[in-house]
Amino acid sequence: MNMLVCVKQVPDTTEIKIDPVTNTLIRAGVPSILNPFDGYALEAAARIKDVDPSAKIVVLSMGPEQAKSVLKESLAIAADKAYLVSDRVFGGSDTLATSYTISESIKKVEELEGKFDIIFCGKQAIDGDTAQVGPEIAEHLGLPQVTYSLEAEVNGDTVKVKKEVGEGVEVIAVRMPCLLTFTKPAWDLRYPTIKRKIAANRAGIPTLTAADLTAIDRTRAGLKGSPTKVKKTFVPQKKSGGVKIREETSEASAKRLFGLLNEAGII
Amino acid sequence: MEAKTKDLWVFIETNEDGTAKSVGQELMTPGRMIAEKQGGSLVAVVIGNKVDEAVMAAVFHGADKIIVVEGPEYQHYSTDAYSIALTALIKKYGPTSLLIGATNNGRDLGPRVSCRLKTGLTADCTALDVDAETGNVAWTRPAFGGNLMATILCPDHRPQIGTVRPGVFKKADANESRTAEIIREDIHVDAADIRTRVLELIKDVDSESVDLEGAEIIVSGGRGVGGPEGFAPVKALAEALGATVGASRAAVDSGWISHAHQVGQTGKTVGPKLYIACGISGAIQHLAGMSGSDCIVAINKDPEAPIFDIADYGVVGNLFEILPILTEEVRKAKA
Repeated sequence: MNMLVCVKQVPDTTEIKIDPVTNTLIRAGVPSILNPFDGYALEAAARIKDVDPSAKIVVLSMGPEQAKSVLKESLAIAADKAYLVSDRVFGGSDTLATSYTISESIKKVEELEGKFDIIFCGKQAIDGDTAQVGPEIAEHLGLPQVTYSLEAEVNGDTVKVKKEVGEGVEVIAVRMPCLLTFTKPAWDLRYPTIKRKIAANRAGIPTLTAADLTAIDRTRAGLKGSPTKVKKTFVPQKKSGGVKIREETSEASAKRLFGLLNEAGII
Repeated sequence: MEAKTKDLWVFIETNEDGTAKSVGQELMTPGRMIAEKQGGSLVAVVIGNKVDEAVMAAVFHGADKIIVVEGPEYQHYSTDAYSIALTALIKKYGPTSLLIGATNNGRDLGPRVSCRLKTGLTADCTALDVDAETGNVAWTRPAFGGNLMATILCPDHRPQIGTVRPGVFKKADANESRTAEIIREDIHVDAADIRTRVLELIKDVDSESVDLEGAEIIVSGGRGVGGPEGFAPVKALAEALGATVGASRAAVDSGWISHAHQVGQTGKTVGPKLYIACGISGAIQHLAGMSGSDCIVAINKDPEAPIFDIADYGVVGNLFEILPILTEEVRKAKA
């Protein structure tokens, strides 16, 4: 069993504040973390390895040199091998260019690590929130996909995946090789052991650059390879002018609220 | 690819019984505006099994033309069958723009199709317009957990595709006297080409009532309800209003209610006519999932709670005292 987990380093969006004067994002001092959904994906892979200790987990991230910290974290938690994909020419990539670059990197890593049976991704990264890169990697590689996965269990040459749907949980069988994207399951990511932490810190993490990806079509990577362009960004306007209700008693507050909603024709 | 027409397409997602999900009809509203500005027709694309009802709904809600693909292989959504069918249609007709509802299935299908066509896709849009300078669709979407909005263009690739959050746009009233051209396309997908198979559906005990995305009224509970039994007054009000029960991540993570109820960045994005937030402080991740609601009521004992910043009606007080009285008032009014 050969598994790949794609991870991304993201700013902790719960820590992002808006500068009240300039009305822009304050990114300084915001901690960088392993994208939580990628953590669930890593844990799902680790659970397969718990059952089959001969299984291998490789992690891959595309990003700047600093992204090695989430790769080290992944090594400490469960991964056996890590690769960073990093090159200036990949800067400014939208999801199509990113997924193309990652899929080319996966092909390269497969030359070294063998073909992957399952590729795990988070359903989305909490900075961009697009949920596109996972399915697009699957498309580039011609793999079937299951999105919104909660758990995965290997059964012969298929994977049994629990997928979150509106009415509950769907159990889906998908033949390997395949790509799964994970949403938040009932469990959390395991903690690394001290031993694994020390080993992860010492581990060498190879970097794949554009020059290493000999088959890559550079016109399809980076800003040039990105069909979407950001025209502008802005901070959402806060709604104002809401009615505050704070009467002497709860009963009076409740009745006033009902009266206002009823008058406005809302209920 | 090159566009062959100036048409705008709306993908109509269907249910297994052949009816349309609400979001497809909602998207007819901005679809009409964009099609007019881009000088094309508004085309609805309906894929499913026995979808007459969904087709008629598209006619009544304003499509000029409907393209229909039917077959048993489309009854249950699968990434493979739907992406094969939709890609084939796009290649044949060459629309300029395509809107897809940002449901779980829409977000599964969109990237598969856009990537196959090597064009751009903008996810989870909450506002749409046409860029005055270039005539491209201006896709506006939240990022960084709702802290920042970005407007995206796809200038040189066609079709320009976006997924749009359910509940952001309002569907027009159905006009049953409308007619439209209906084109049937015979596209069939071999069973062997559908590489996923649904083995079973484990229904949530209470999931029948958890249609958050289609709900007109949602009553949600958060950390302030204090425990699973604290949801009782929330559920009572919801029942009186005919509303769906929602929850914040804090309440779900504490195990007080199932994840099917979760509203927010890691849950559902909703846009009901009325959203009543009870004991929810209003973390940006929660707001990202519900700020598109028409009317927001917040009940919270902390007057500084950020939920009050976006509430149309904010009640500072104890939800355990306020909810029963409000429920009683609603019952009296409905009696």
